[in-house]
Formats: sequence, C-alpha cells, structure tokens
Amino acid sequence: MTTHSDHQIPLWRDERFWKIALQILAVVFVVSVGWLLIYNLSVNMQRAGLKFGFDFLGNQASFSILDSVAPYDVNRTSYRSFFPYVSTDSYGRVLQAGLINTLVMMISGIILTTIVGIIVGVLQFSDNWLLRKGSELYIEIIRNTPLLLQLFFWYSAVFSQLPRSEDRLNILGILYASKRGLFMIWPTNTPLLWISLGLLVVGKIGFLALWKWRTFVIVERGQSGQPQLYGLGILAVVLLLIFCFGLGWKVPQEIEPGEFQQGLRLSLEFSALLAGLVLYTAAFIAEIVRAGIQSVATGQWEAARALGLHSNLTMRLVVFPQALRVIIPPLNSQYQNLAKNSSLGAAIAYAELYNVANTTYNQSGRPIDVMIIIAAVYLSINMVISFGMNTLNRLVQIKER
Amino acid sequence: MTVIKKLHALGLSALLAGSLAACATPAPEGGSDSADGSSPNTSGSRLDTVKERGTLVCGVDGGIPGFSFVDESGNYSGLDVDICKAVAAAVLGDADAVEYRRLDSTERFTALAGGEVDMLSRNTTWTLSRDTSVGLEFAPTTFYDGQGVMVRADSGIATLEDFEGKSICVESGTTTELNITDGMRKAGVDPEVKTFQQADPAYAAYDDELCDGFTSDKSQLLARRTTLSTPEDHIILDITLSKEPLGPATINNDSAWFDVVKWVTYGLIEAEELGITSDNVSEMLESEDPTIRRFLGTEGELGSGAGLEDDFMVKVIEAVGNYSEVYDRNLGGDSEFKLERGLNALWKDGGLLYAPPFR
Repeated sequence: MTTHSDHQIPLWRDERFWKIALQILAVVFVVSVGWLLIYNLSVNMQRAGLKFGFDFLGNQASFSILDSVAPYDVNRTSYRSFFPYVSTDSYGRVLQAGLINTLVMMISGIILTTIVGIIVGVLQFSDNWLLRKGSELYIEIIRNTPLLLQLFFWYSAVFSQLPRSEDRLNILGILYASKRGLFMIWPTNTPLLWISLGLLVVGKIGFLALWKWRTFVIVERGQSGQPQLYGLGILAVVLLLIFCFGLGWKVPQEIEPGEFQQGLRLSLEFSALLAGLVLYTAAFIAEIVRAGIQSVATGQWEAARALGLHSNLTMRLVVFPQALRVIIPPLNSQYQNLAKNSSLGAAIAYAELYNVANTTYNQSGRPIDVMIIIAAVYLSINMVISFGMNTLNRLVQIKER
Repeated sequence: MTVIKKLHALGLSALLAGSLAACATPAPEGGSDSADGSSPNTSGSRLDTVKERGTLVCGVDGGIPGFSFVDESGNYSGLDVDICKAVAAAVLGDADAVEYRRLDSTERFTALAGGEVDMLSRNTTWTLSRDTSVGLEFAPTTFYDGQGVMVRADSGIATLEDFEGKSICVESGTTTELNITDGMRKAGVDPEVKTFQQADPAYAAYDDELCDGFTSDKSQLLARRTTLSTPEDHIILDITLSKEPLGPATINNDSAWFDVVKWVTYGLIEAEELGITSDNVSEMLESEDPTIRRFLGTEGELGSGAGLEDDFMVKVIEAVGNYSEVYDRNLGGDSEFKLERGLNALWKDGGLLYAPPFR
C-alpha cells in the first residue's frame, strides 16, 4: 500500500483494487477462523490424549436398543425389527439401526403430516363455522408451544396412560393398544407380497393412463367415454381385491390376555414421537397451504364459479394446482424441520440416530468423531429431501415456452 | 461516500484480523505445555485457573437425593456436593466458592473435556475405558456401589430370567446401560431396554409402568425410590450386577490438578482414621502426634508440594468434616436413607476405604 501506482489515481482509491482485496480478505478471514478452530481442537485433543478416527466403528457396541417398529417373525415367534441388531454387533451396525429408525420416523412422519396439514389448511376455508374455528384453534395452540413439551405431553400424558396389557383397548379387532405398545394389522413378508405390490403399482399407473385417455376422448372426440368408464370400474375392483387379499394382511392374534402374535408392533415411544411430530409440523403446513390458496387471485375463483363448477371442484381443479406453486418451496423446509426434529426422540427413549449416537460416543469416548457422523448423516438426508422437493417444484411451475 | 464505506469495511476486517491474532496466541502456549508432558510445574494447570477465577466449577447431577440434590431454595447438598466443597476449601479456603453445573449422564465427559467444568463429582463409575480412551483421571472412590434392579412388588419378577418379554428402563451413557445388557445376555433373556437421555423422564416412565423394571446403582435406586408416587410398592431385587466404584474425576494429563483432587479426597478418609472431626480439629492442632501435626500442616510442608497451603486439610475439615461425618450427614444415620457403611467403612473396620500415608 506504500507504493504508488503509475496511474493518477492512488491505489487506495482504485475501485478494482478494493474489489479484489476485500474478497481476498474475506477468504483469509474465513480460512483462518476455520484453521484456528481445527488447530484448537487438535491441541486440546492431544492434551487430553484423545485420538481421532473412525476405526472404533468396528468395535463391539455391547448395549441394547429398543425395537420400535417390529413385524411379527414367525420363525422366531416374536416381534423383531426388520433391521435386527443385537448387543454383540458393532458400533457401526448400531448407528445404522439408529439411522433406519430415523428414516422410518421421517418417511411415515412426512406422509402423515402432509395429509393432516393439507386437510387442516383447506378446512380453514370451510363454510362450516365449527370446522373453521376448530382448525384455527389447533394451529394456534400447536404452533405456539415448544415441540419438546408436546412430545412429553404425548408420551407421559397420552400414551403412558393406556391401560395395562390385560385390559388392552381393542379397536375394531385390527388395532390393540396397551402399555406394551400398539399391535396392528400388517402384511406378511412373503414373495406374494412383493408380486402384489408390483401389480398394485402397475395397476395404479394403468388406472391413471385410462383416466387421462377417457378425458381425452370426451373432450377431443366428443365421445361418451362409457367403455373407458367400465374399464376403470373393473380395474378398480381388481386393484381393491389385490389390496385386500394379495398382501396377506395379518390381524394381531391374542393368544393370552395382552400377549399377541402376528401383525406389527409399534412401541409407545415411536407412536408418541410420530404423533407429536406429525401434529406439530402439520400446523405449519396448514398455514402454508392457507397462504398458498389465498395467493391464488380471486378472479380464478370467480371464473371457475362462472363456469358452473361447485366449490369442491373449484378447489380441486382450479385453485389447488395453482396454489401448489406457492406451497412447495416452504413445504421443503417443513419436511427438513421434521427430519431434524426427529432427533428429539432421544428425550422419550426412541432409539433414533441421535439417541444411539449419544450412547455410542459416551461409551467409546469419541464425541468429535460421532458428532461428525451425525452431522454428515443429517446433512445428506436434508439434501435428499431438498433435491426431491426442488424437482417437484420444477414440475409444477408454469412451463413457459 | 463509497470510499468511506470501503475504508470502514477495511477497518472492520483489520479489527477482526487483529482480534483473531490475539485469540490465536494462547493456543500454541497450551500446545507446548502438552509437549513437555508431566513436568511437575503447575503452569497451564487447572489449579491456576481455579485460583485465578476464585471459584471452583463442579459438575454434579443435582437430582439424586443423598449424592447431589438441589432443594427449593437452590442449595446443593449430598456426598458428591461435599467433595466439591472440600476441594474448594482446600484450594480457595472457602467451601462456598463453588459454582455447580448440573450435567446429565451424556453431557458430563464432554463438559469436562471442553473445560466447562473443573472436575466431575457426579456418581461416575471408574472403568478402564473411561480412564484411558475417554480421557479421564479418577480420584479415589468415594462410594463403593453395585448395580441393582428395581421392580414393582406385584410384578412377580424375582430374577433376571423373569425379564423375558418384559421391559427395563435405563439412563443413557452410563455403565449400567452396558451391564444390564451383559447381565441379560448371561441370563439368556432378551427384554426391551428403553434408553433415556435424562434421569427424570426415565423414572417418570417407570412410574407410569412403561417399563417393568429400572436398573441403576443401588444407592441411586434407593434414593430415587423416595421420589416415586408410591415408594412402598417398589422393591429392589437382591441382585448385584456389577461393581460400581463412584468417585470424582478430572481431565487427563493435568497431574497438578488431579493430585489436588486426589489428595483432598484421601484427606477426608485419613481424617476419619486419625479421628479428626470438624468439632475437634482446633484442639487437634495442638496435638503432639507427629502424623496429625504433619497432616494438619503444623509441621512439614505437605500442602506446598501440591501447590496448596500447608494447612489445607484444616480448612477442609472445618468446612465439611471427615469422611464419616460427610457420609452420616448425607447417606448414613443422620439422613433419611440410613445406609450402613458396608464396603464404605475404613479398612480397619472391614471396609475398602484406605488412604496412602500423608508424608
């Protein structure tokens, strides 16, 4: 800075110089802060005689975790998680089991919360006063209280208060609830199940194609669409039959009071966390849906009504598809929130990734290493969610040519 | 105008860079410290940090009556708390110069490793892996315990084998979590183990009958049973799953600080053996017995060797008394638990407490 350039403008008043210099300074700043943190860490770890590395993942974990989502295993005559883990397995394996539990929670949570959120969001436009006010009340209460509190509420005030196993609740013979957990109807894992599932997917695609074809012949060719309607009817019946009988549904059998065989066992920890996460996130999604619907110009409602569509069809065919463009981007962050919030399950003994990792680093004495694993896993999960939602977002945007 | 803005930005960056350099300097000093290892000088030791700060930051549980418990007015009491007080009295001359940090079982080691607390006095079991790979130093055991199992009296469970198809609650990050898994494996049963991050929700779940049993150190079960809704409905099975020597701990590679915590703890035991109590300590100063005179610092320079005042044990005993006083007040005859000394008696009385000579 002491040397003057040959130009008339001194260096310190040269805009180009500052543009570059400030960027270099910023980079130097970020790099040195990062270096300082890492250096500090390594000095302190060295001081305490700790090592860094992931080789401990192969060591025996020797602690147990809770099987939360466990279908009945006929060969072992007990309920057993589909990703079995025993205490003689390694730390790596137990972390995987925790990850699977997190993913199960996330996927079922995202599906359920979307359904609940959209219903509650749409209900806010209902003509029925009770439904409208009820949904508003729900949103206000849920959105304005901390999630951890709600989880404890679901766990200790709702699911803990279920009757003892001898006096289990029987809901239509397909769901039994007691302090031992929830026992529900579930398909059996046989080759037939996978064939049926494949058929269902193919049938569903065929159904949609036929539906489009029917709309096409009615609109473009002015035909009645009657034969296609029969086709749709038959296909629907076939799919329903496959769904009912092809999946091998097994109802929980009560062999002794409170003792069950067959079906699926959900732990109370899983159920409480799922209920808490779904209802919490759904309140936010409902508001997003409401905002999305309100963002559609009133002219669209009026135009649809002028065409003679009743309010149900107006919502389904005109307003909601346009609202989706506004809904999907913020929905992305709600899904990511749900994924991250599932780590609160550690507080109510659900053996998800954070809970298991917590035990792992305490028993192995490797906090930094395990924290890096947790961070990397949650980062990847959220990137996948983000990628999926961005793709969906591109699909529903207006295609301009 | 824009130039001024840019100059401003430059000034800011310079300031940040300056402060960065300032906070970067202490780290290498620490680094060189660890390089020369176990030199007896106390530079860079926690001992100096504590003396400069004027308070001792002590990690405790805070939820276990008898060991460390916060009452309605925010006062801490218990055996673990008295150890913190003893160390504070020895180092700072003031037993109340302690700042307590409540730590759950999963936080405690990272809090110690990160320097958030100076020492742990939190029912921590001394094990090989914690001493080595977790990076702790264990001071002498202050309470010899064993792991037990609590069940409801009407549950019909009498042995571990009865746990087949049942569930058991445990606190995460504890040795009990590992021992119960081992114990069940040995018994050939596979119960559900529900792992909670914190003790309070775990005991609440047990109280709500979400698990058929609860496993923890026997003394903790005994203390926690008093907080359940109907304590008389619960029994502690006559099974001991493990040895649980509980004691204070400090961070690895800081022998000056570790020595202080270690010898203050031994001092409590030695004081009982020598018959010095908080009531008679001032008379004992006049004692003719050379062992007592050395112990209390009227003769010799034992305290200076550890970086303390020579009469550090006088302050400790005046503040909390000897081990037997601490025990009786918190767990023994003068408390609600009325625990026998058992293994926690002096070696002369058939227990395991034994202090090396103060010489």
